[in-house]
Amino acid sequence: MITTTKPAPRVRAAASAAPRVRRPLRTWIVAVAAYLVAIIFLLPYLEMLIMAGRPNDELGDPTILPKHFTFSNFTTLWSGSGLGGSIGTSLQIAAGATVIVLLVALPAAYCTARRRFRGRTAFLLLVLATQMFQPAAMLVGIQREFSNFGIPPTLSLIVINAGFNLAFAVWILNAFFSSIPVELEEASMVDGLGRVGALLRITLPLAAPGIVTALIFTFISAWNEFLVALTLSLGQQPSQQPLTVAINQYIGEYSVDWGHLFAAGLVATVPVIILFAFIERRVVSGLTAGAVK
Amino acid sequence: MMTAMLAIRRLAPLLWLGPAIALIGVVVLWPVVVMVQSSFQRIGGEGFVVGYNGTANYDNLFHEPDFVSVLLRTLVWVVVIVAVTVLISLGLAQLFHQRFPGRRVTRWALIIPWAASVMMTALIFKWALDPNVGAINVILHHIGVVKQLGSDQADWLGNPGSALAWMMGVAIFVSLPFTTYAILSGLQGIPADVYEAASIDGATSWRSYLAVTLPLLRPAILVATLINVINVFNSFPIIWEMTRGGPGYETATSTIYMVELKQGDVGQSASMSVINFLLVIVIVLVYLSTTRWKEQVDQ
Repeated sequence: MITTTKPAPRVRAAASAAPRVRRPLRTWIVAVAAYLVAIIFLLPYLEMLIMAGRPNDELGDPTILPKHFTFSNFTTLWSGSGLGGSIGTSLQIAAGATVIVLLVALPAAYCTARRRFRGRTAFLLLVLATQMFQPAAMLVGIQREFSNFGIPPTLSLIVINAGFNLAFAVWILNAFFSSIPVELEEASMVDGLGRVGALLRITLPLAAPGIVTALIFTFISAWNEFLVALTLSLGQQPSQQPLTVAINQYIGEYSVDWGHLFAAGLVATVPVIILFAFIERRVVSGLTAGAVK
Repeated sequence: MMTAMLAIRRLAPLLWLGPAIALIGVVVLWPVVVMVQSSFQRIGGEGFVVGYNGTANYDNLFHEPDFVSVLLRTLVWVVVIVAVTVLISLGLAQLFHQRFPGRRVTRWALIIPWAASVMMTALIFKWALDPNVGAINVILHHIGVVKQLGSDQADWLGNPGSALAWMMGVAIFVSLPFTTYAILSGLQGIPADVYEAASIDGATSWRSYLAVTLPLLRPAILVATLINVINVFNSFPIIWEMTRGGPGYETATSTIYMVELKQGDVGQSASMSVINFLLVIVIVLVYLSTTRWKEQVDQ
């Protein structure tokens, strides 16, 4: 493959034919370097797979690869400890937070993209500021607020995860709505669709990539959240704790059940990695939209 | 009649923004009030408020023998991790900006530490550093760096210095994907004719990188840096899973310290939280003043 696709006027290349020969070689050097980097990024998670499939009696062997591979860690994961219940709790939290974020962020992003009004800048500043605050910075306040009101942990975690992912959704949706011409909406209103009709049939479908990105991003970060989940679900049955917290039940005071730990880790990790691949290109713009064009 | 309609038009945005403001109020703003309030209260083991405590929580906190060293460690933690992350990401972004067969697949591999929960990544490294059978130690033993498996030398997480170094490595590892992607999107925004002009002027590739690419990447680097500073400052799962901040508080950053204090004295933990929070506010103000967010909003 050739490095440049555009036939650019190369001043120095005309002097000799050498660069023509060298270019594919350079491409392959770049490719090999990139493959190595990719493997480095993949290795820790491959190790998780190797460990999950390692038989218990080989856990003490100082070898990279086990002699046998077993699925028993995956099959015994569901009995007793209630990993299924934890997955259900995590699903509730992640899905609940995602629904709230969309319901709250869509109108706010649409309004700030379409209208100029007093307080608009102040609102966007408030949203940008919340993106900079993480639950860790105000953990004690969050814990005392939600436990004083006696709100059950799962519901608390839904609301908290929604609040801390709102900024990302507002910014990325704001950018999408701003990029859709107002004339398109006005034309469809003239054609007999009302304002709401234009919004539902024209604007929302055009903003679909932004909506999907906000949806998946919120889901993943709520699914992976650990500190608030650990704080609020302390002392509950493992089956009612979110997955990130429940996985820690395999860590005992004196020994760790690494096989089950990593089998559960794979169950928790693989789906979100696949989901993330769908939004990969647009996530950065949502995270940095507040600051750079 | 006219004024009434005007008033309704004025208030209409509130209908659209109201839910968002309410959510931010409940989840972000009110906890801050509760946190500041708690930092001046004496709070018993069960979480009940015993009474007003004046500034005693703060006084006690400042006199904790570990307080200053925890803050200094947090500073080193943030500066080293963010600086190394940005430097490596500049190189990685340059690499993944090139065209080569299989680029899309390699970029997918790059996002895995970003998509996976940091807690799981920390646990993988904790296992891999196991003194007796951990994969990293087995490899280091094979190439002769680790003389004896199961020895003190192989117990990386048992020694505060090497534990911190490894945990910083893990923090850098999980910060690289976002940072690289942010710089990549900055690179994609640089028009090709800028480089053509530079190459006609006879600039070598390294010179043109320093003179052309780096200045144009400034906004992307700035934002990536500040988002990383916030994330790394608040980072919790890595240290929690790998050392719990121990031995003692020798590998604890301020967030870990705050969580550990919470198990003993909630009031004192709240005052640590307030100090953490003030530090974040300083960072946010720097963020807002250095980035030109207002121009973006007003356009």
